This record gives sequence, C-alpha cells and structure tokens, in this order.
Amino acid sequence: MTAVVTATGLSKRYKSSLALDGASFQIGPGRIVGLIGPNGAGKTTALKAILGLTTFDGHLDVLGLDPRKDRDKLMEQVCFIADVAVLPRWLKVRDAVDFVANTHPRFDRAKCDAFLARTKLQSGQKVKQLSKGMIVQLHLALVMSIDAKLLILDEPTLGLDILYRKQFYQTLLEDYFDEEKTILVTTHQVEEIEHILTDLMFIRDGRIVLDTDMDSLGERFSEVLVGAELASAARELKPLDERQVFGKSIFLFDNVSRPQLEQLGEVRRPSIGDLFVATMKGTYA
Amino acid sequence: MKTFYWLVKREFWETKGGFFWAPVVTGIVFLVLNGMALIAGEVFGRRGGDHWQGFRIGGQGLHSDLAPDQVAQIGAGIDIMFYAVASIILCVTAIVVFFYALGSLYDDRRDRSILFWKSLPISDTSTVLSKLASALLVAPAIAVVTGVIVALGMAIIIAIAAAFHGVGLWALLMASHPIKVVLNLILLIPLYALWALPTVGWLMLCSAWARSKPFLWAIVLPVGAGVLVSWFDMLGIPGLSSSWFWPNVVLRLFGGLAPGSWLMLGEPSSLAGLDHNNPAALVDGMNLAFHYSTVANPTLWIGVIAGVAMIAGAIWFRRWRDDS
Repeated sequence: MTAVVTATGLSKRYKSSLALDGASFQIGPGRIVGLIGPNGAGKTTALKAILGLTTFDGHLDVLGLDPRKDRDKLMEQVCFIADVAVLPRWLKVRDAVDFVANTHPRFDRAKCDAFLARTKLQSGQKVKQLSKGMIVQLHLALVMSIDAKLLILDEPTLGLDILYRKQFYQTLLEDYFDEEKTILVTTHQVEEIEHILTDLMFIRDGRIVLDTDMDSLGERFSEVLVGAELASAARELKPLDERQVFGKSIFLFDNVSRPQLEQLGEVRRPSIGDLFVATMKGTYA
Repeated sequence: MKTFYWLVKREFWETKGGFFWAPVVTGIVFLVLNGMALIAGEVFGRRGGDHWQGFRIGGQGLHSDLAPDQVAQIGAGIDIMFYAVASIILCVTAIVVFFYALGSLYDDRRDRSILFWKSLPISDTSTVLSKLASALLVAPAIAVVTGVIVALGMAIIIAIAAAFHGVGLWALLMASHPIKVVLNLILLIPLYALWALPTVGWLMLCSAWARSKPFLWAIVLPVGAGVLVSWFDMLGIPGLSSSWFWPNVVLRLFGGLAPGSWLMLGEPSSLAGLDHNNPAALVDGMNLAFHYSTVANPTLWIGVIAGVAMIAGAIWFRRWRDDS
C-alpha cells in the first residue's frame, strides 16, 4: 500500500511568520482525513503545498509526483474545492460543465449531468445568480464526476445552511467515496465530519501535533466523568484537560488504561471537539 | 490543442461584453449618427441653394453622369472609408484589450476563482498564452469583421444618398473592394499582433505580478522611469536620452495596441510622391507590402523580444502568485 501523500519536514516561511514548521505526515489510500487546527495554524498552507500552489522547503510526494514540478500532471489525479464561491461569477452552469468536460481527461459527463439533475440548477444560469449552496452543489457535481485519486476540501461548507452542509457530506460518502479514493478535509465544524473521518490530524503552529486513525483514537483517549470525591485521584493520573459540569469534573486522559479509569467513573470516548480544545489550549494566549 | 481552443473560448465567455458587444454597439451608434448627419446634410444642402455641390467621395462630386475613371476614384474613396471605419472599431477594441490584458491575470486572483481554474490539469503556460491569443488575435479579428460589416452598412447608406443624386446604387458599391479590404485587414492582424506584443506583454506582466492595483503599477512604473530619465537629461547627467526613452520605451509599452501604430513607430517605406488627391493611388500605395515593410525595422523585433520576455515573466508569476 503506497501512501497518497508523504510529507517530510514541510516548512514554509512567509515574510513575518512561519506557516509550516517541519510538518511531517502520511496519508494512505482509501482514507478520509480531517486536518484540524486553529486559525493560522498552517492548514491552508499545507493544502496549497500539496496542490502545488505554493513553494515550500522539505520533501513532499503526492501520488509519486512533486507538486512543485508536476502540478499540471498532478491535477489530473487531484481535485480541489476551496472554501465556497470560488467559481467565477460570469460562468454559466452549462459552460462550466462543457469546459471541464473538454479539458479534464478523467471527467465523466453523464455522471455530472445526473448529479445536476438532482439539483435545481438550470444550465443557462450564471454563477452570480446562484445561492452559495447552489454554487457548492455545482462545484461538487463537477468534482465528483472526475475520477481522481485525491480530493482536497478546504472549508467546503463555510457559510452554508445546515441542509446544504449535511447534504454535502452525505453525497460525498454515498456517491463518491470508495477504497480507491482519498479525501483530505479541513473545517472548523468538526462535529459535522466527526462520524465520517477515518483519520484525524491536528495541526498547531505549523506542526502536526496529533496524527491518528479514529479507531486508535478511541483506544488512546478517554473521557471520564468523575465525582468530586475522586477528583484528586483523577488528577494524579495527569489528565490532558479538566472541566466542570454540574459539580462533577470531566477529565480527558491520554493513554491511561481503561480499567484504571473505570474505577473513577463513567468512561466514554471524547468528541473531537473536546479533544481539540484540550490539545490547543493556550493557542491564542 | 483542444484544451487551448477551450481556454480561448473561456476567455470569450468572460469578455463577450468587451470583445463582441463593445465593437458591435459602437458600430451601430456610428451608423445611426452618420445616417442622421447625412440626412441633415441633404436637408441643409438643399435649403442652402447653389453653393452646395453635393457630397464628394474620393474627390468626386456625386452626380448622374460619372466617367468610369471617376467611378473608380469613388470606389477607392469607399475603400478608404472601409479602412477608416474598421480603424474606429479597432480603436474601441484596443481600449477593451488594454483593460482586458491588465485584468487577465489579476481579476481571478482577486475574486479567488483562480483556485477553481488551478484545480484543473491545465498548465499556466497554456493559460497565459490563451489570454495572449485572445488579446492579439481573437479581439482584433472580431473588430475587423465587425468594422467591415459596419463599413458596408455605411456604404449602403451612402449609396442610397447617391441614388438621390441620380448615381446608380450598385455601380458605386461594385467599384469598391470590400472583400479585398477584409482580406487586407485580416492579413494585417499578424503585423498588428507583433507591434502590440510589447504593450500586451507589459500589461499582462503587471497583471500577473501585482498584488493589487495592476493598473497603477502598469502606468506608474514606465511614466516614473520616463520622468526620471527626463530629469537626469535636463540636469545634463549623461545616460539615457529623454527624447529616445519616451517614444521607444514608454510609448511602446502603452501605445502598441493603437491600430496602425507601426505607421508612426515603424518608419514604413515612403509614401512620398503619392498624390493625396488621388484616392485610388493612395489605396494602391498603402498595400500590404507597404505595411509589412515595417518588419525590416529592428525596433519591431526588439519590442517583440521584450514582449516575449515579459510574457515568460507573466507565466512565471502566474505559476506562483496565488489568491493571497
């Protein structure tokens, strides 16, 4: 199994700041990877590096190609949706389909027409006449009709209402994703993608601070609801985080054996959101 | 090749308003205004009495018994009008292309749609060259065709006016050479493209390079440099001469899109000795060979080399400048 993306010591310096600081990670085929980080952590820079849109230091291999040198070839296998509404406003729905059909060798027009038939989009409409949600539907229909190996989504559902957001990820899962394809997604709406991810990466200050698959995430991290009388015992086990709810404490533990924790209270799997908040403590301080 | 065709088509979709409708609307307005002027002329002419001798085309008054020789002169006059009308339309297109080139590699960075275009397997070289081809070949071709159609409309209006003076309508139109004019104009497009290349190259370079306000950079840099050169020149400090710098650098960076700019910049073979009161001789003299004689001028090729270098620079910036 060869990795789809292999990054080693990825660094990118802008004039005043370090956007990526020696980030290293690997993404295998057939995975849905969430790249989660606070604002300014380097998410978009990392995606741009993978897409060959920016220069960087270090080593990066995407589908066996160097994105700096072979971007044109790479884009036959990689698709990309940046945060909503980057389709040009003057483009007509019909022309968008025509253009991609005639310039992308792996585009399946029949598929795209079928996707579009399920929406309210009309072929003569211009992008500027569409709502944000409809623009994303169009973009998604175009991208899903391309038989690519890697799909990169950068805040794809930003500013959409919940109906469009749910539909977006549902369509991706039902009609697009399979074991041949890989999806790399960044978003701040962690809870919405939690159940579809197979892997999770946290990025902070240009470094990957957590890189795990969702199964081992459940084994590694536990959340325990502890009564006041056992709180000090729990603190001795060096929790990552502690917060108070209704007079009880919720502790987040990394790599503490489950039987040990069960003596303290009710053990459950932490949500990505809580794990994220605990990991990123002090980011903006 | 197929990709390139679709890239050019994409440019046309985006700029239909400028490349197509601007010349067409100009043409319609032109025809309406001229029609109105002609009617006004007829009315006032008739009121004016004896002084007025009727319209003159190619030095020949319009009246019923024209000799074949005079008809030929009128035909040549109509040919000149074809060129003139096409030039007017080309001037409009030149302004459109000026701003098109300035925005061509900037606008999609500003509205971030570059992220969509760059998600397709299309090289930056093809993208930039498709925009260059749109500016230098597609837009002038549309302008030429529109210009000649407008000129034909104008000729028909004149012919109708001539009919009032007893001159056969078709005889006059037959004496002109619209097809030859179209052919000449189309064959002049490559020459136009060569002369316009440094201007378009400069504008596209600024468009690809500027992080904001490409218009300002494109204007400020050459003009600022020109002012500096003039200033040094004025102070008597040896260096570039101001009288060389302005026409050969600044003007070439801005003015190359003006139709027939080579007549001013390229020192074409001499027209001296031509009788300016003889339209037929003038049309014959200003033939393709006359225009293409400017390819012998080394400044053309220096400009072309500079233009190619600037386009190469635009491609490089297009590769690495993103939406930020």
